Amino acid sequence: MLETLTTFLFGRLSLESFPYHEPIVVATFFAVLLGGIALVAALSYFKLWGYLWKEWFTTVDHKRIGIMYMILGLIMLLRGFADAIMMRAQQAIAFNGSEGYLNSHHFDQVFTAHGVIMIFFVAMPFVTGLMNYVVPLQIGARDVSFPFLNNFSFWMTVGGAVLIMASLFIGEFARTGWLAYPPLSGLEASPDVGVDYYIWALQVAGVGTTLSGINLICTIVKMRAPGMTMMKMPVFTWTSLCTNVLIVASFPILTAVLVLLSLDRYAGTHFFTNDMGGNPMMYVNLIWIWGHPEVYILILPCFGIFSEVTSTFTGKKLFGYTSMVYATVVITILSYLVWLHHFFTMGSGASVNSFFGITTMIISIPTGAKIFNWLFTMYRGRIRFELPMMWTIAFMLTFVLGGMTGVLLAVPPADFVLHNSLFLIAHFHNVIIGGVLFGLFAGIYYWWPKAFGFRLDPFWGKMSFWFWVIGFYFAFMPLYVLGLMGVTRRLRVFEDPSLQIWFQIAAFGAVLIALGIGSFLIQIAVSILKRKQLVDVTGDPWEGRTLEWATSSPPPDYNFAFTPVIHDNDAWWDMKKRGYARPLEGFRPIHMPSNTGTGIILAGLSTALGFGLIWHIWWLAALSFIGLLAVAINHTFNYNRDFHIPVDEVVATESERTRLLSGQV
Amino acid sequence: MTTTVDAMHGGHAGHDTPRGATPPVFYVTDDHAHEGASTALGFWIYLMSDCLIFAVLFATYGVLGTSYAAGPTPKELFDLKLVALNTSMLLFSSITYGFAMLAMEKGRTAQTQGWLAVTLLFGLAFLGIELYEFAHMIHEGAGPWRSAFLSSFFTLVGTHGLHVTFGSVWLVTLMVQVARRGLIPANRRRLMCLSMFWHFLDVIWIGVFTFVYLMGALR
Repeated sequence: MLETLTTFLFGRLSLESFPYHEPIVVATFFAVLLGGIALVAALSYFKLWGYLWKEWFTTVDHKRIGIMYMILGLIMLLRGFADAIMMRAQQAIAFNGSEGYLNSHHFDQVFTAHGVIMIFFVAMPFVTGLMNYVVPLQIGARDVSFPFLNNFSFWMTVGGAVLIMASLFIGEFARTGWLAYPPLSGLEASPDVGVDYYIWALQVAGVGTTLSGINLICTIVKMRAPGMTMMKMPVFTWTSLCTNVLIVASFPILTAVLVLLSLDRYAGTHFFTNDMGGNPMMYVNLIWIWGHPEVYILILPCFGIFSEVTSTFTGKKLFGYTSMVYATVVITILSYLVWLHHFFTMGSGASVNSFFGITTMIISIPTGAKIFNWLFTMYRGRIRFELPMMWTIAFMLTFVLGGMTGVLLAVPPADFVLHNSLFLIAHFHNVIIGGVLFGLFAGIYYWWPKAFGFRLDPFWGKMSFWFWVIGFYFAFMPLYVLGLMGVTRRLRVFEDPSLQIWFQIAAFGAVLIALGIGSFLIQIAVSILKRKQLVDVTGDPWEGRTLEWATSSPPPDYNFAFTPVIHDNDAWWDMKKRGYARPLEGFRPIHMPSNTGTGIILAGLSTALGFGLIWHIWWLAALSFIGLLAVAINHTFNYNRDFHIPVDEVVATESERTRLLSGQV
Repeated sequence: MTTTVDAMHGGHAGHDTPRGATPPVFYVTDDHAHEGASTALGFWIYLMSDCLIFAVLFATYGVLGTSYAAGPTPKELFDLKLVALNTSMLLFSSITYGFAMLAMEKGRTAQTQGWLAVTLLFGLAFLGIELYEFAHMIHEGAGPWRSAFLSSFFTLVGTHGLHVTFGSVWLVTLMVQVARRGLIPANRRRLMCLSMFWHFLDVIWIGVFTFVYLMGALR
């Protein structure tokens, strides 16, 4: 009787679900607990809850949502990196009969969580955050097309992150690798909650990603300022457009394939099972039809960032704008025609493998064109080696290297040797760190002054830069060597003592990267303390070329008091050159969307729904689902979703800017 | 993105202007409202993303649709007469939704509501017949767990049915909103979105009917 009741109330959840027998997890738990208590206490002490709720959690302002995405990405970066350094430490010591310090149960969760977190909850929030912040400013818009949806998308991403973090302390995470291939992720091989955490974290976050993709496409297509034709859009906006097209055209595939996997696990169907006609390779195909575009979703906006940075810091128009746009579009299309190169060893035959090998190699052509465009932009330019430019140059060197090992892997016979080896691991970290991460850092340093009105401290920025770049090479070049020697990925212990030195070098690299991350955090703290010295009142600290630099830093809620009119690709440069005078009168009330708490409530209910489904707590799942429907329908009955910023307020804001600008001269 | 020139101001008249041409205009003073302007495009893009989910399910059915695992085959299971009846329910519901939209264009609230109610009845009839078909198959031991063919069949057809269910809930919601506020622009926009959704489900069903039922009966 009691047992039936506890099963009804808690599903599969019991005291045994809490990993109190794993000292590492327990220590982490108490650290997180103390940190959490300190944070809650501080927020309560300074009475910040109301402020946070009113000004941030319920905001529909694309700028604040963008900043919240960046904070989420940064927090999850720390978690993902903790996983990384645990793996590096384990592999550096697990030789000569030593088992290391992680058991296989824990180690397998660590490598899965590392991959999932870094892609879905670090790279994606960072990329989405930058697009959210910058795109409306670059196209001269007041906000995105669907501001409420934007808030909802953000909180869904947070919901996914909450589920994945919960798996650390309640139950366990998947032990399947970041793409959860069946039959390993099927019910027979993984009966525990790990894979369910994986599925529902990605489903909840995936809804947010898809909706934010739709939102940004509409914004870019519909909300551009007058005069900004498609071929006058800044390159970052172009790459964002392509990325969001990729998001909308690929994330539904992930959603569908995860639904099929969950049906196999929950309803006893036979999509990917080994028996009753199921076909596990179907899963591998489908998930990579999403997975390959996904890597371009991450890299394309970074290409846009590098384009903006290169042209700004060389003081020149971007070389080959048109070819840059076409290269981006070609990459967008080709990214759908290469997925099978992730599993040449499946055995689909020489013809199929050749096709996908060749399409993969072809992608390097538009990518190479981009590299040459950046080089020609720099050629005879007056280059200023500020932090964004340093990251851009580090990217060009590192990414070309990673691209070349990618072309090596695109050769099917070579891939048969290198498949699933550390060579592959080195390759994709080479392009994701050297491309995406370096790009994100370039973007953060470039747009930080726009978001906060002061620059980031250059000294700690340079420390972070050199630790990161040198650390990257130390951490991943040994993996190329090991991969060529035949070491496969995801190994916990090693037999051959001659390999150990390479793992130790890699671990040393990881320590350098840790110092790089530490320097970055110190840099943010130092910059906030020194914000008076680092202040920029012009709104245009880098002699920028695109529209976001035309408004103040940080921009007012409404971005632009009057909608700008565009005549040139480098709209702001053109305005400066041709004697643009900032309007000082004639202001009008500005029509704006209202804040709403519906987004965070819906996302909270979705997270509860996911938790109920993971633990088979059916009453929780049912109640959350009914709650979701009720809140969503109720929201549609609210027709008053906007307000006008009164003209006095606009006048006051703009006069303040006038005062600051004149004080500067 | 069209703006009339006389609404534009800004820039220094004559300052730095080449060839004495009209001075450059750098901002507009009239604020054209964007509200609702992107909804149609956004909803289209959403439909296309939903279409991809169905594409995956169709592809899965294409690969697994003959994996019977020594279980029943389409020929043994499908009752084409019942499916034809079901199909006609859904097709009729699309026509009646079209009538509702025509009435909406003319601003006739009661007529719009009437046709929406008829649409809802057809939609519910479709769902009823589908549930009967599913129950019958499960009763005969041909549930989704029997074989990969049946897994993919139930998932494809069931996902479509789930969409019709949500469409029906949405339809009821909109009827309440039209009753409360009439055919105001916001409600017209919403009816237009649901119309696109409803017809989209019809198109998907044509694919299901052809590829799953008709071609299944031929196998």
